[in-house]
Amino acid sequence: MKLNPKEYAHMVSRASPPSPAVRDCLWAFFVGGGICLVGEGLRQFFLYWYDASLAGTLTSIGLILLSAIFTTLGWYQKLAAKAGAGTLVPITGFANSVVSPAIEFKAEGWVTGVGAKIFGIAGPVIAYGTAASALWGLLYWLQGKVG
Amino acid sequence: MNYLWAFVVGGLICVVGQLLIDYTSLSPARILTGYVVGGVILSAAGLYKPLVDLAGAGASVPLLGFGHLLAQGVRQAVDQCGLPGIFTGGLTAASGGIAASLLFALLAALVGKSRDQN
Amino acid sequence: MIRRKDTVLFDKPPVIAAWAAAGGKKESEGPLAAGFDFLTEDAAFPEEACANWEQAESFLQQKAVEICLRKAGISRKEVDLALAGDLQAQCTASNYTMRALEIPFAGLYGACSTMAESLCLGASLTAGGVAHQLLAMTSSHFCAAERQFRTPLDYGAKRTPTAQWTATAAGACLLRGAGQKGVPVLSVTFGRVQDYEVHDINNMGAAMMPAAVSTLLRYFGATGTAPSDFDVIFTGDLGEVGSALLQEQMAREGLPLPNHRDCGCLLYDVASQNVQAGGSGPGCSAAVLCTHILPALQKGQYRRVLFMATGALMSQTTFLQGESIPGIAHCVELAGEGTV
Repeated sequence: MKLNPKEYAHMVSRASPPSPAVRDCLWAFFVGGGICLVGEGLRQFFLYWYDASLAGTLTSIGLILLSAIFTTLGWYQKLAAKAGAGTLVPITGFANSVVSPAIEFKAEGWVTGVGAKIFGIAGPVIAYGTAASALWGLLYWLQGKVG
Repeated sequence: MNYLWAFVVGGLICVVGQLLIDYTSLSPARILTGYVVGGVILSAAGLYKPLVDLAGAGASVPLLGFGHLLAQGVRQAVDQCGLPGIFTGGLTAASGGIAASLLFALLAALVGKSRDQN
Repeated sequence: MIRRKDTVLFDKPPVIAAWAAAGGKKESEGPLAAGFDFLTEDAAFPEEACANWEQAESFLQQKAVEICLRKAGISRKEVDLALAGDLQAQCTASNYTMRALEIPFAGLYGACSTMAESLCLGASLTAGGVAHQLLAMTSSHFCAAERQFRTPLDYGAKRTPTAQWTATAAGACLLRGAGQKGVPVLSVTFGRVQDYEVHDINNMGAAMMPAAVSTLLRYFGATGTAPSDFDVIFTGDLGEVGSALLQEQMAREGLPLPNHRDCGCLLYDVASQNVQAGGSGPGCSAAVLCTHILPALQKGQYRRVLFMATGALMSQTTFLQGESIPGIAHCVELAGEGTV
């Protein structure tokens, strides 16, 4: 074949249709914004009874519950196929990434399937989030000692 | 005004994620991980709190807010108990969300069923 | 049998005597729906006591075999050998099908090229007298493939425009020796692995295209034929992106392919069925072969075609390790029934 891999990479990028970024971003904006709007509604509701910190936690739990329900009914996946980052980035996307493997891998058993795979997608988020926050905590502590 | 800012700020944070998906070869899993770590960094730099004050859920619901929550938790725990706080602070602050995800996921596995994407 | 370079030509061509295709819901909504022997609205087969998607895929294969053998008028005990493969890890869909059928069995793995691979091997064995009645078959199931290689089915993700949709389909062909009724296999060409350093798992058509060009050039070179000698040149699962690349490159090689069709673009209506760049999976080319190509050869609508299925030979592990995606393409030359 009269071609080398470098030339082929150019050919492939010319032939591959780009993602429709404007449409994707509009979907992401309205769906992602909409989820945050629902979150804000929940937060204002919880603020009647609780302090800001607990209201924030309850807001997260409420959205996670909604996401779990949508995921179980098969709606979250359908929405995400259009909304992209709009459903990925909010905490509902995190919940979907925990709930969907739990449902999917039931066939492989409650411990070896559901239990083992439940953090298959969300695990890295928790691992690196915890590591980054601990590193920041260490710096903050050192800063306190020095300052 | 709270609601408007929540919608706009939350939407824009998602748009940034969409641009990363469309214009880089980053997979969604990497973007999520990046968002949480980014949230920790922004929070540590003192940049995220003002956004949460402005936009409420618009800033706390996206995963950047999850990072902010971890960083804030560590900071408070270090203030209270010193060095051990770097181990306890983050996950303590995030425990509600993580436990809720796990519990609802187990319930979903109980009642739910893998389905075709037709 | 004469061997010319990588191509094996059959002076006494074996025939594909019977065939059958089974498919799922999306396939039943596609342009080739009428050609299927079996279609289901629910490819989970709950009423057949399938407990998971892997079993469901195996059930789909069994349907295809059952109908194929019925059309051939023989029982499973009369089959000398089955060559089968699929997309599941360790080819388990085929293994469990063969557990149920008790036919001598050799498992194959060629990813999406498996249908052509099984026909290449099957025709050679039949022509050589090793087997008199040989089953060549393959399948794929969207749900089994998603959960094994991508993400859980309920995980929310947006597909990129270059991604391809794994077909829920199975195809089975019964091969017999020369002189019997059926669609003659004139030659087979085993492909060589080609790797042009494509790393994008969502652009398999691009990863497999160089293998298609390589096999076509070797075939044309060995046989002295040209694209215009064929009614249609079918490729398996390059999708829209890979097909455009194939046509561009073949034109550059001096052998343009105006008569090229891709199975990934034939099984579905790419514009309306939300399959992004088209279909893929071993079941895709198998289904197009059994619902469209073989019937057309039988009816005399085509006199001579090439059926070349392409496969991407990476695994989830090598992909995560940063390896590029190697491709392969096996080519089968088929003639209209009664023309040889």
